Amino acid sequence: MNEIDTRPTHDEQGRELSTLYPPRRRWLNRLGPDERRWLILAGIWCLILFTGMYVWLVVGNQQAPVESYRIDPIDFQQEVQAFVAEHEVEERDGATVVAPPPGSDVYLQASQFAFRPVLQLERGETYRLLVSSTDVQHGLSLQPVNLNFQVLPGYLYVIEITPTEVGEFPIVCNEFCGLGHHVMTGLIVVD
Amino acid sequence: MSATLEKTAPPSRVCNVTGFTIDRNGQQLALANAVAGVVMLSFGGVLAILIALQRQILPLSDDWWYRLLAAHGATMLLFWLLLFEVGALYWGSTMLLNSRMRAPKVAWANFAMMLTGIAMAQWAMLTGRATVMFTAYPPLEAHSAYYLGVLLFAVGVLVAIVLFFANIVMAKRDGTFTGSLPLVVYGLAAAAIIGVYSLLTGAIAYGMLFLHSVGLLETVDPATYRLFFWGIGHGAQQVNLAAMVAVWYALIGLTLGGRPVNEGLSRFAFLLYIAFIHLGAVHHLMVDPGTGMNHRIMNTSYMLYLAMFASLIHAFSIPASIETAQRGRGYRKGLFQWLKKGPWGEPGFSSLVMSVVFFGFIAGVSGVLMGYMQLNMIIHNTLFTVGHFHSTVVSGTTMAFMGLSYYLVPLLSQRRLRNVRVAKWQPYVFSGGVLLLTLAMMVAGRLGAPRRVADLSYENAQVGVDQFSTGPFPMMMGLVSVGAVLAVIGGAMFVWVMVATLLRGEKTDRPDAGLVYAFGTPERERVAAGVPAGERASAGTTAVMEPSGRLKGLAKRWHDFEAPGTYAIVLFFLLFFVVMYVVSHLGLARLWPVG
Repeated sequence: MNEIDTRPTHDEQGRELSTLYPPRRRWLNRLGPDERRWLILAGIWCLILFTGMYVWLVVGNQQAPVESYRIDPIDFQQEVQAFVAEHEVEERDGATVVAPPPGSDVYLQASQFAFRPVLQLERGETYRLLVSSTDVQHGLSLQPVNLNFQVLPGYLYVIEITPTEVGEFPIVCNEFCGLGHHVMTGLIVVD
Repeated sequence: MSATLEKTAPPSRVCNVTGFTIDRNGQQLALANAVAGVVMLSFGGVLAILIALQRQILPLSDDWWYRLLAAHGATMLLFWLLLFEVGALYWGSTMLLNSRMRAPKVAWANFAMMLTGIAMAQWAMLTGRATVMFTAYPPLEAHSAYYLGVLLFAVGVLVAIVLFFANIVMAKRDGTFTGSLPLVVYGLAAAAIIGVYSLLTGAIAYGMLFLHSVGLLETVDPATYRLFFWGIGHGAQQVNLAAMVAVWYALIGLTLGGRPVNEGLSRFAFLLYIAFIHLGAVHHLMVDPGTGMNHRIMNTSYMLYLAMFASLIHAFSIPASIETAQRGRGYRKGLFQWLKKGPWGEPGFSSLVMSVVFFGFIAGVSGVLMGYMQLNMIIHNTLFTVGHFHSTVVSGTTMAFMGLSYYLVPLLSQRRLRNVRVAKWQPYVFSGGVLLLTLAMMVAGRLGAPRRVADLSYENAQVGVDQFSTGPFPMMMGLVSVGAVLAVIGGAMFVWVMVATLLRGEKTDRPDAGLVYAFGTPERERVAAGVPAGERASAGTTAVMEPSGRLKGLAKRWHDFEAPGTYAIVLFFLLFFVVMYVVSHLGLARLWPVG
């Protein structure tokens, strides 16, 4: 091929062809060689990204949780209170600290403007966090690990986590939840 | 006799620059909507500077900070972009088709309704009656005037879309254009179709909230609302995307006279957008209770990433159009001479290139990765999200719309562009500022900084968090502010040029409006005859395109490549994409096991 672009540059009325004018009658051309190559590469990349999500479901340890239930906010609040009463160990900055048994179900309540109770967990143990809101929508953001989940009133979200580090891990709210959004925090302590 | 003529043939003129028949109703409506959009852009810019500097300088109360943040979001994401898009729809469906505006009175009434909606929503937001943010998630409650205002505005956009299609159908019937729609109008039509279902789901979401606010609906389920809301919350951004790509093609035509190497392929990509891109709304529900795994994967991947495939087609087609046009004018040396010799002093061209590059590399890559189901966990609702959408709608869409304005406003107002030197620098200042802002937000967000937080110090929290007062965070937030100031200066430069052109620009029936050698008609003849094409022509190249054999000689050096430079660029882009994908997974794999 000596000359690739043999397309006419002007239409029948002598006007230059442009993206702003109607195209000539036949605008459906065969793919050029570099277009074909690029489209094959792009298609492969699309399929890799798509299958990658399923592959990570098998090989990855970090999955977006799916287990969830409907729950009445009042029922949830009562369950949280019972849970706190059973496992309370101390007060810290005016917040109740609970130490649930390793590997158990752990409640975490999001309300304007705090995540309660403060949780004391053990390293290497897997816990089922049962999270919901009693008022508006909140965002559970575990720091500095940086894991983030949406918290909705009326829905119980089950998040299975296994702390692998020892230390204090603050929770901040990252969904706008009212004028106190910037003071909404919580804490997970891992021993 | 003249009276009957006027009845059958409404006032119109033939543009001396483009040769299009310009319907005066269409012209005035397009200008009015675009100008109203720019007024909103200016207001949103003022809000942006107040929000950005609150952390550093201004003693704004938290209450006011949230109010202004809510107003900034709605003003920019809804009012500025959609008003400009309505203007672009009227432009594309009348002037580009040599046709006239149908039902102009309806269009004016509709314009008034949209402005009323804006006024209601702004009143509610600025008086603190609607501090619920753009997302307005229930059970947070706002004044019913806010919901009604947004609904009126959305219905107005729907009416404008109906008028757009009416214009096209009637133009086809009248035979003012033959064959297929011009590519630009085709792209705008794709945006309009996506707009229809986005706005309908948005009307359902906000409709539920409005009914609740006036006591007609007892409760609104937060999960159901989120599903519908993101139909418009993300859908509106897909409208912006399709409209932006259409504007890119318009700018290629306006600044270089270029066209796609394969127009059919570009059109096919728009079809893929229409069919699949709305699935992306589920990006926002990746870490929500109530959604299942396959539902998430199918939707967030836009059905096997077919919508991303469309974007990858444009990613090739857009630079290839620039490259072939430039090589056609003789810049054939090496891989990149065509790029080096681009008309960089031409605001339309520099806007185009920066919009394409920053949208592709930053907005596109970050968007696909953060919408990836598992990776979403480390991004959801962090400041990274905010960085992402500033790079899409500001770096990308807003920059492209500004670039188009440098042509549309002079051509439609019949005035010469004023403050040309300001215009020349504007895209660089604006894009540079937004780039700094988005990158700083993304770094801070990737390290965990939450979004929509008035005060990252958590000083008044019961359980203190000092993480965001140490390490890289103060510097990142400082850079966000610096970027915001630069971007707002860039925005002000744009508004200044536009206002000066509209109010004090020299009246002319041949507004050069930058490089118009894209058009073969009168302008080409003037250049060819050696008549100076006004003071503007010297800003860029005045090379006249050879009439045929655009790419002759190219094949010998580059084998069978049509656009070798573009091919190199897209390969680099793909490599960058793959690296970011791998790096993100390495980050994810280090975290606590979760599921």
